[in-house]
Amino acid sequence: MGLVHEIDFGTPASKSEKQVTLIVDGFEVTVPEGTSIMRASMEAGIEIPKLCATDMVDAFGSCRLCLVEIEGRNGTPSSCTTPVMPGMVVHTQTGRLKDIRKGVMELYISDHPLDCLTCAANGDCELQDMAGAVGLRDVRYGYEGDNHVRAKNDGAENFKWMAKDESNPYFTYDPSKCIVCSRCVRACEEVQGTFALTIEGRGFDSRVSPGVHELFLDSECVSCGACVQACPTATLTEKSVIEIGQPEHSVVTTCAYCGVGCSFKAEMRGEELVRMVPWKDGKANRGHSCVKGRFAYGYATHKERILNPMIREKITDPWREVSWEEAIEYTTKEFRRIQYQYGRGAVGGITSSRCTNEETFLVQKLIRQGFGNNNVDTCARVCHSPTGYGLGQTYGTSAGTQDFDSVEDTDVALIIGANPASAHPVFASRLKKRLRAGAKLIVIDPRRTEMVKSAHILAEHHLALKPGTNVAVVTALAHVIVTEGLFNETFIRERCDWSEFQDYAEFVSDPRHSPEEVEKLSGVPAETIRGAARLYATGGNGAIYYGLGVTEHSQGSTTVIGIANLAMLTGNIGRKGVGVNPLRGQNNVQGACDMGSFPHELPGYRHISGDAVRDIYDSLWGVKLDNEPGLRIPNMLDAAVDGTFKGIYIQGEDILQSDPDTKHVSAGLEAMECVVVQDLFLNETANYAHVFLPGSTFLEKDGTFTNAERRINRVRKVMTPKNGYADWEVTQKLAQAMGLNWNYKHPSEIMDEVAKTTPSFANVSYDFLEKMGSVQWPCNEKAPEGTPIMHIDGFVRGKGKFIRTEYVATDEKTGPRFPLLLTTGRILSQYNVGAQTRRTENVAWHAEDLLEIHPHDAENRGLRDGDWVRLQSRAGETTLRAQITDKVSPGVVYTTFHHPDTQANVITTDFSDWATNCPEYKVTAVQVGASNGPSEWQKGYNEQAQQSRRIAGHLEAAE
Amino acid sequence: MVMQPASTELAARTAAVISEMKNLEGPLIPILHGVQEEFGYVPQETLPIIAEALNISRAEVHGVFTFYHDFRHNPAGRHVLKVCQAEACQSMGSDAIAAQIKQTLGIGFHETSKDGAVTLEPIYCLGLCACAPAAMLDGQVIGRLDADKIEEIAEEVRK
Repeated sequence: MGLVHEIDFGTPASKSEKQVTLIVDGFEVTVPEGTSIMRASMEAGIEIPKLCATDMVDAFGSCRLCLVEIEGRNGTPSSCTTPVMPGMVVHTQTGRLKDIRKGVMELYISDHPLDCLTCAANGDCELQDMAGAVGLRDVRYGYEGDNHVRAKNDGAENFKWMAKDESNPYFTYDPSKCIVCSRCVRACEEVQGTFALTIEGRGFDSRVSPGVHELFLDSECVSCGACVQACPTATLTEKSVIEIGQPEHSVVTTCAYCGVGCSFKAEMRGEELVRMVPWKDGKANRGHSCVKGRFAYGYATHKERILNPMIREKITDPWREVSWEEAIEYTTKEFRRIQYQYGRGAVGGITSSRCTNEETFLVQKLIRQGFGNNNVDTCARVCHSPTGYGLGQTYGTSAGTQDFDSVEDTDVALIIGANPASAHPVFASRLKKRLRAGAKLIVIDPRRTEMVKSAHILAEHHLALKPGTNVAVVTALAHVIVTEGLFNETFIRERCDWSEFQDYAEFVSDPRHSPEEVEKLSGVPAETIRGAARLYATGGNGAIYYGLGVTEHSQGSTTVIGIANLAMLTGNIGRKGVGVNPLRGQNNVQGACDMGSFPHELPGYRHISGDAVRDIYDSLWGVKLDNEPGLRIPNMLDAAVDGTFKGIYIQGEDILQSDPDTKHVSAGLEAMECVVVQDLFLNETANYAHVFLPGSTFLEKDGTFTNAERRINRVRKVMTPKNGYADWEVTQKLAQAMGLNWNYKHPSEIMDEVAKTTPSFANVSYDFLEKMGSVQWPCNEKAPEGTPIMHIDGFVRGKGKFIRTEYVATDEKTGPRFPLLLTTGRILSQYNVGAQTRRTENVAWHAEDLLEIHPHDAENRGLRDGDWVRLQSRAGETTLRAQITDKVSPGVVYTTFHHPDTQANVITTDFSDWATNCPEYKVTAVQVGASNGPSEWQKGYNEQAQQSRRIAGHLEAAE
Repeated sequence: MVMQPASTELAARTAAVISEMKNLEGPLIPILHGVQEEFGYVPQETLPIIAEALNISRAEVHGVFTFYHDFRHNPAGRHVLKVCQAEACQSMGSDAIAAQIKQTLGIGFHETSKDGAVTLEPIYCLGLCACAPAAMLDGQVIGRLDADKIEEIAEEVRK
């Protein structure tokens, strides 16, 4: 197997189409114009010694090791900063160069510790490699005198020496090993875009400094790991490498956090994961990562992970550990009993956006084929179901139109209801890079997020609207585009239905949709709306990126339609740099939707009522599928409370914490007779479960995830499942126990079945993915190698469809009792319900949920920063600490939902999207007041949770 | 190092300096000079304010601030004496001159006298090589330093 070695070309690739031929050490090389001599040499397989150059960042020319001689030119220019010229004759190794390099290395080593044998970077140190490459045998300067290496010089304090900074939970900074090559500083600036590092001082005093000579943890650092990856020595080193040692083999796989779907090399020592390193060939992340994917995998071996199946008759009983056979048999018996007693439709299931495509496909297959109903749903219900509906109606596909590379050609980015810097950090870094290169940005968000203003990022327009007024604002943008004649008539005539456009144009032109009128509803100044509309329509390639701030509203689907309309009006569809891009929350929420997880759709978004589609499965699965859509999650819970729905199989989703109106969810679960939870941990939902089937992590199975750009990425098993089985095997066992004839030996066989039955996946197979790396669906005879950009020559549905977007205010309104609007979101270091990230060192950054409140609202209520506050809505109340900030407008409060102690969803209401039932998480009328600590409900909940998590035979953990 | 929040007064005075220069091309160095003029040095607490105003990171401000020795981390004495220690002055005996000054003032380089009267600093070339050894007192250059001139300087700073 061995380590996957990636070639470091030293400088980034040139995008020029013009080719240049030169001669390096006698070999002819042809490269694009603008390529550095260093990169051109590497292309020819000739490695020029280097220290400060690496191909993730631009050339810097400081280490003086990569010097070359060029015939006909004076001196010894650095090969990283010198571009190739036609006919150039380059020599990389001459006597003169050898002497210079050796001299340079001597200077480096004269101020570097000589502890190679005990150094964590031993075996992975570029300084060591270069010393070898230049043939360093002696350091004539000695090691005495001024240095940064030793804490004491002859017994006296050495003020140049700095202690190791171990404040970051994942990596250390050891200034004594630093050669001041600036790679970390440049990676932080150019790749990540945070600018948290600098070189302080000058000359021999130069040192890398996080922030203003701060500790890494206190500085602006977001712990993305780009600096650690860039460091050529042991100065910045993963703590896991220090603890374990160097890895011996690596496997390329896909991160299981957000919808960006970053490719990583899982670097292993045996079955032990040493570190995750972003893979440069990963087409979503291009070698970059965030704190979650790079470092937060410790949950996989966390002590709270449950590894044995467990059952219990009543949820008040302690859990009883049983064998897999017993758990499977108990579950099937219960489900059959319930169906016999209450009817075929009394059971259902939920597929997981955290699991692989193959696993999701099997769960919905089990329900349709085994349970004989369509009561299957997935967590996309609560996040991007309006995207599926809105884009399906207008364009004909339920997915984003672009690949992430497209952002490199964007001139105006319009971000609506999303904070990629927190929730999709790697995409945010790519967008920020483009913004620093001159692209413009418009942000529509109630909060002043990092995308509105942060180092080197300043949105041209920030539309800080009142939560719940998205439709009005988006329609007002269309009003400006239409009434000011900024629409692209040629595009609309060619690609869209002209009469529908005329209808829409008439609708939006109505003065009630003008920015001046909408200002009254949304609080956004009319001029800002006009400015934003003009910029988006006329600023060049306009790309819309949106998130759950769009979908999780009572009019979520309408806003998606409004967004689709904006792109059609301006012709921003069907080429690089434009498009409509939903930023999907979970690693495989796109895939879960693709795989037929919705009660009304079979894989590939084909409606269950279609006879031809059902026939495909009827004949393959040997059943007669029900042609009526089944129950959605909220309907299942309603039916449970009504007593007609009694059993549920939930794979990898914590509905109690993530779904709205917690009390309703718990009432529904409590009313069921068999709740089966398959998860890594005893999550909140498991408090109401009768059967617990231990799940496996993404490190323990083969499969595929589909990211926000429709990219199907391989997930590869790097270790044996600690619980015994991958999740697809568990579902298969359930199916077999129910008498279904399933015999999948490997997930590739499941993908083969998907490809055989789903036209948009027709060409997908594991062999093909192996060859291509990844593909974007549709991937079939029309697009044999996948589809990076959709709707190029026309919309999938034929003509693009304009649909009216009438603003209807949500029923959730502020009033004297609940005068503030609560909106919710995520933070960089935590992930959704936090089941994983709370069980990693990421808690160093975000140990609890905080309520952001404007100083004005805080003062009215006598609240100070850090005070306990009570947060109340019509649905319930909870308590948490306040954080006073003007990032939120007066009248708006904001919190995250990562911690079950807070349970922000006790507060949220059961209002939901009119088309898809996607809950209205983003708008809740609330009151905030001083509090002494946890509410009665929180105390009661904690008690119930503790009771419910008892396992017979296990000692209670001492608190 | 833990960042201390800036006091309201310090923040207001810094903001005034920033607003005056913010629209210059490359405003960071002029602002740092302005802040130093305002406070006599660049208080650590002003760095985040400058970063916020220029929409750059704290680290970037710190990097520039620490690169230039002219920006002070602490308040200076009432007078600042810079004695050239560059090559031309060295060849004209600036080492001895510096030793004499140190003795007269009772302080070394980078030190301020206890009464706060004077801060002594080395400087590397004032462009006054023809009149070496040279020094600069409160921005005024002085050439051909000798024992008498050192006495004059000492008198001046003790006034």
